[in-house]
Amino acid sequence: MKLEPIVGRYAHIGEQRVYFEEAGRGIPLVCLHTAGSDGRQYRAVLNDASITQHFRVITFDMPWHGKSSPPAGWEKADYRLTTGAYTGIIMEFIREMGLERPVVMGCSIGGRIVLDLALKHARELRALIGLQSGAFVERYYDAAWLDHPEVHGGRACGAVAYGLMSPLSPEKERWETVWHYMQGGPGVFTGDLYFYQVEGDIRSRIGAIDTSICPLYLLTGEYDYSASPRDTEAVAARVKGAKMTVMKGLGHFPMSEDPEAFLGYLRPVLEEIRRA
Amino acid sequence: MIEKLEPLVNDNPTIVRWGRGMNETFMVELGSEQYLFKVSDGKLAVEKGPFVMRSWRFAIRAKAQCWEKFWQNPPAPGWHDLFALLRRGDVKFEGDQRVLMAYLLYIKLVLAAPRQA
Repeated sequence: MKLEPIVGRYAHIGEQRVYFEEAGRGIPLVCLHTAGSDGRQYRAVLNDASITQHFRVITFDMPWHGKSSPPAGWEKADYRLTTGAYTGIIMEFIREMGLERPVVMGCSIGGRIVLDLALKHARELRALIGLQSGAFVERYYDAAWLDHPEVHGGRACGAVAYGLMSPLSPEKERWETVWHYMQGGPGVFTGDLYFYQVEGDIRSRIGAIDTSICPLYLLTGEYDYSASPRDTEAVAARVKGAKMTVMKGLGHFPMSEDPEAFLGYLRPVLEEIRRA
Repeated sequence: MIEKLEPLVNDNPTIVRWGRGMNETFMVELGSEQYLFKVSDGKLAVEKGPFVMRSWRFAIRAKAQCWEKFWQNPPAPGWHDLFALLRRGDVKFEGDQRVLMAYLLYIKLVLAAPRQA
């Protein structure tokens, strides 16, 4: 039997019961999962000894996701993520956990919200890493179908996630990533996409990001068509000092769909942050 | 490519599994070429057109050159998934979108199967 070094616990953040996992010690590194998924996406980062010897890696499941509870009364209304609520729960988690100037890394919706964190909380953070960051994605399919009584939500969400990955990523890790999507609660992916495709348009604000206060790294997989390299280039072009890398052969879920390839891109970034 | 599709789907238990319970006919168009895909509990039968007044639940239409790029192995970024084509604006869906979404994983796997030829 092999025991992983990852430890999972529940924290009460305000009214929310939030599940988180952590491994390692040192500089706090908070990892934000994608829409409709959970912290298991970061399993390889939490298990990477070369990272955890210098970083305390922590990932929490957003309320409604993974093993975190939805709020009381969830059955009465649709879940809809907003910029304010998203930034709010991240900063509340950081404060309640007593994390001092953490690095925050987020993917997809997480890659979007790090741009908002850069605008509002730069002085409280050591560095930001956006995976698959785009300032906005126009709707190209109707996410309402992912939460419809005559469509199996797990199957449909899994099918959407499947295609966003690179055909070059290992089958095992791709299907693990699909499985996480198939386990999401009804309407949760759709509610996250409300932020991603409707409310969370940050295009008009990103020019004000100051990377001299908090460095911003942007890593984007070349096979992603939701937050494509072109979308991230548009962010990098507007944010002076942002450091962008295109990750060859990776798609929308780099840390989960091909952990080894992703770690090859992440380790030098974390090393640079550590030495800064 | 489409001519070789039936065994690529029907001899692949993984693909058939994701079509279990699906009993529908849908149209696939490669430019002006029409194909009716008849699915019986995940097993596929393809009929080549042209057709006159045939019924289908939904249709998936793209240019022939678009499908050629989609079927490259490996496909280039942006040409690797049905929804990648959708975001490019290179594929059109018509008809009953509910059924398309209900069997989306199967449909994606079926349409990508020619890459294995």
